[in-house]
Amino acid sequence: MTQPVSSAQQGGPDKGAAPAPVPELRKKDGPVRTSGLRLDVRNLSLLGVLAVLVAVGGFTEPDAFLDTGNLQLILTQSSVIGVVTVGMTFVITSGGIDLSVGAMVALASVWATTVATQEYGFAGILFTAVIVGLAAGLVNGLLIAYGRMVPFIATLAMLASARGLALQITDGKTQIVTVKSVLDLGLPDSYVLGIPPLVMMFAAVTVIGWLVLNRTTFGRRTVAVGGNAEAARLAGIDVRRQRLFLYLLSGLCCGIAAFMLIILSGSGQNTNGNLYELDAIAAAIIGGTLLSGGRGTIVGSVLGVLVFTTITNIFALNNLQSDVQQIAKGAIIVAAVLVQRRTSAHGET
Amino acid sequence: MAPEPPLLTMSGITKSFPGVRALDGVDLEVQAGEVHCLLGQNGAGKSTLIKVLAGAHQPDGGAITWRGEPAALKSPIAAMRLGIATIYQELDLVEGLSVAENVFLGHEPTTARFVVRTREGRTAAAALLKRLGHPEIDPARPVGELSAAQQQIVSMARALSHDVRLIVMDEPSAALDPDEVDNLFRIVAALTADGVAVVYISHRLEEIRRIGDRVTVLKDGRAVAVGLPADSTPTRDIVAMMTGRNVEYVFPPRTADRAEVTAAEPVLKVEGLTRKGEFDPVDLELRPGEIVGLAGLVGSGRSEILETVYGARRPSAGRVTVAGKQLRPGSVRAAVAAGIGLAPEERKAQALLMLESVTRNVSVSSMSRFSRAGWIDRAAERRAAREATRELSLRPDNPDTPVRMLSGGNQQKAVLARWLLRGCRVLLLDEPTRGVDVGARAELYAVIRRLADEGLAVLLVSSEVPEVLGLADRVLVLREGRVVHTADARELDEHRVLDLVMEGSPTS
Repeated sequence: MTQPVSSAQQGGPDKGAAPAPVPELRKKDGPVRTSGLRLDVRNLSLLGVLAVLVAVGGFTEPDAFLDTGNLQLILTQSSVIGVVTVGMTFVITSGGIDLSVGAMVALASVWATTVATQEYGFAGILFTAVIVGLAAGLVNGLLIAYGRMVPFIATLAMLASARGLALQITDGKTQIVTVKSVLDLGLPDSYVLGIPPLVMMFAAVTVIGWLVLNRTTFGRRTVAVGGNAEAARLAGIDVRRQRLFLYLLSGLCCGIAAFMLIILSGSGQNTNGNLYELDAIAAAIIGGTLLSGGRGTIVGSVLGVLVFTTITNIFALNNLQSDVQQIAKGAIIVAAVLVQRRTSAHGET
Repeated sequence: MAPEPPLLTMSGITKSFPGVRALDGVDLEVQAGEVHCLLGQNGAGKSTLIKVLAGAHQPDGGAITWRGEPAALKSPIAAMRLGIATIYQELDLVEGLSVAENVFLGHEPTTARFVVRTREGRTAAAALLKRLGHPEIDPARPVGELSAAQQQIVSMARALSHDVRLIVMDEPSAALDPDEVDNLFRIVAALTADGVAVVYISHRLEEIRRIGDRVTVLKDGRAVAVGLPADSTPTRDIVAMMTGRNVEYVFPPRTADRAEVTAAEPVLKVEGLTRKGEFDPVDLELRPGEIVGLAGLVGSGRSEILETVYGARRPSAGRVTVAGKQLRPGSVRAAVAAGIGLAPEERKAQALLMLESVTRNVSVSSMSRFSRAGWIDRAAERRAAREATRELSLRPDNPDTPVRMLSGGNQQKAVLARWLLRGCRVLLLDEPTRGVDVGARAELYAVIRRLADEGLAVLLVSSEVPEVLGLADRVLVLREGRVVHTADARELDEHRVLDLVMEGSPTS
C-alpha cells in the first residue's frame, strides 16, 4: 500500500528519466538519497505506524473510528498544530529551535479577537493574527541572528513574555468571536467535497512548505546553515539574514495557526496553544528532522502530527484518559528515534 | 639499547576515517624515563596517533606492546589503568568544578564509594600542585577562574594523580609565557628522573633541543624518522623531513609565456593588510594566470593572511582590491561577490555540507544562477554541477553521491568545482592536498595549474615547501607573521626556503 502513497506524497515519480549508470557505492553507507523525491526509510516506517494505528482504530471502534465525521475531526485537529510544525521544521532544520510557538499562537489569537479588532471583521482578524505572529518572530530572529543569543534562550524569553502579554490583553477571559464570516469557516456547510477549510489551509501550508524547503534557494540555505554554518558562511551565504527569516517564518506559521484556531474554537484565549512547542518539536523529530540541523522533512513532520492526533483520537474513542495518551506519546517518540538511529546512514564523520 | 624492553612500542599502526587515511603504518618506540618528541605538520597524524595511545581511537591495524607485553587500548579508562595519561591541547577540564574536583574527577576519595571526602581531596591536590611547582593554586577554586597556564598545571596534576608511567603532552607550551615554559621543562625533567616517560608534541623546534631525548617525525600519516637523537640531528634535516617529500611528484609545467602573464593587470591587490598579533602588513599582487605561493611554518601567519584576504577575519589595517574595486573589510560575502573563492584548510569543518550530495555542495555558492525568484531549476543545477565536476574529473561521476563518501582528493575537487561553477577570478587554496592520498596529488596539481592557465589567479598556502616551489610561479616566504623574502619560484630551492623560514630562530 506504500507504493501509491509514496508517489502521491512526493508529487510524482523520480524525474531522472534516463538515469546514468550509477557507480558502485559502498553498501554499508546506507541508502543513497537522491534529490529528496524518494520517500526514505524514516517516512516509510512512520507510514507503517500510521497504518497500524488506523488498523487498531478500525478494529477497536469500527463504526466510530472510520466514520467520515471522525476522519474529518482527526484531520481538523491535526491542522492547527500541523501548520505550527511546518514552521518548526524549518527552524530545526537550520539547527535552531523555537520554544515560543505556543505562546505566539496564544498572543496572536487574543490580539486578533479583541473587540477593537473584531470591528474590522474577517480581514481584521486574519491580518492581526498574521502580523502579530510575524512581529513576534521578528523579535526572535533579531535577538538570535543579530543579538547572537542562543535560540533556546531567546525563544524561551519570548514564550514567557508572549504568554504574559496574552494574559494582560484578555485578563484571563475568553474572547468570543462574533464575526460570522470567520465562524462560518468552521461549519460543515463550508466543507468542499467533504474537506473542512482548515484542512485545506493545512494542506496548502504543507505543500508550500515542502516546495520552499526542497525546491527553492531559501530551503537550500536553511539546510546548509543547519548542516554546517561555518561552511555556509565561507560559501558566501548570509547566515544571519537566513536565521532572521527562519524565525520570521515560524512566527508567520503561528499567526496562520492562530487564525485557524479562532475559526475552530470561535474564540481567543490566552491559554491557547498550550505546549504546542513540545508537540511540534516531537512531531518534527519523529518525522525524521535532525535536531542538530542539516536535514529536515516536511512530509515526515506532517506524518508525525497525524500519528499523534490519531493516537489521541483512538484513545478518546476507547475512553482512555489523557494520562495514558501522554505515556503512549512518550513511548512513540523514543521508539521513533531509536528506529531512525538504526536506519539512519548519518555517519560519525 | 637498554636490556629491558621499551616501555611502549607501536608498530604499523593504521587508522582510516571516511575519505582519509590518517595513519598509514606508524611506528613509535618509547623508553622509560625519556622525553620522546613527536613532530609533524598539521594533519600529519599526530593527533590521531595520540588518540590511539589514549584509547580514544581504535586503530584499524598494527600492534601495541606495553612493557614487553601485547596490549589493547580499548578505551580511555583502559589506557589510564596501564598508566598512560594524556594532556590534550584543548584541556579537558570542567570549568565549574574546583581544582581538587578536577584532579580527582572519576576517582575521588570517597566514603562508602559515594560520599566525596572533599577535604582529603583538597589536601592531596595541594600536594600534587606543590610537586608541580605551583603551590599558589588554591585547590578549592573553580578551574574556570584560573589562567591557561594554571589550568595546564591542573591537567598535569590530574595525570599524576594516577599511577602514571607515560604522559603525552600535546603542545603544552603553546599557551605559555617563557618563564612558565621553564617551569614546564623543570616538571618534565623531574618526571623523567622518576622514570616516567614523556611523549612531547610541539611545533617549536628549539624546545625539542632543550628537553628532547629522541625525535619521531610524522608526515602524511607515516613515520618518516623514528627515534632520532634529539641533540645531534640537524634542525634543517628535521624541518626537511616535516616539510619535504618522501616521493617525487610530477608538477605540471609552468605557463610558457610568463611575459604575457606579468604584463597583465593584477586582479587581486593586497595593500598593507595587517592583523595585530597574527601578521605584519602584507602587500601582494596576483595576476590572472599566476600562482603565488605562501611558504612558512605553522604559526607564520600563512592561513591567517588567506582568511583575512577572504574576509573571514577582519583586518586591523590595509585593504584588498579585486579588479580595481576595494572590498568591504571583514565581509566574506563581499569577497565572494567580487569573485574570490576559498578552499579552506579544514575541508569538512569549513567547506563541505557532509550530509549533502556532490551537486548541492558544488552549487551552494551559485544558487542564484539556477533560480528565478528563489525557485531552483534543479535540472540545470545538476547539469552545471556535473559539468564542473567532470572538468575536474571528480570520481565517482555521479552528482547524487553524498559528499561524505568521496575520498579526500575528490572532496577537494568538489570544493574547487564550487568556485569553478561560480566563475571566480581569484582562488585561495589553503593546504589543497591536506588529507589527499599521495597518489591523487599529482592530479590535483595538474587541475590547479590548468585553472591558472585558464585565467584564474591562485594564491596557494602549503606547509610543504616542495609543493609551493613546484606549483607556484612566485613565492612569498613568511616567518613569524612577516614576509621575509619574495622571489620567482625557479630562483629558490628547498634549502634556501628552509633557511629563510628558520632564519634568526634560536636553533639555526
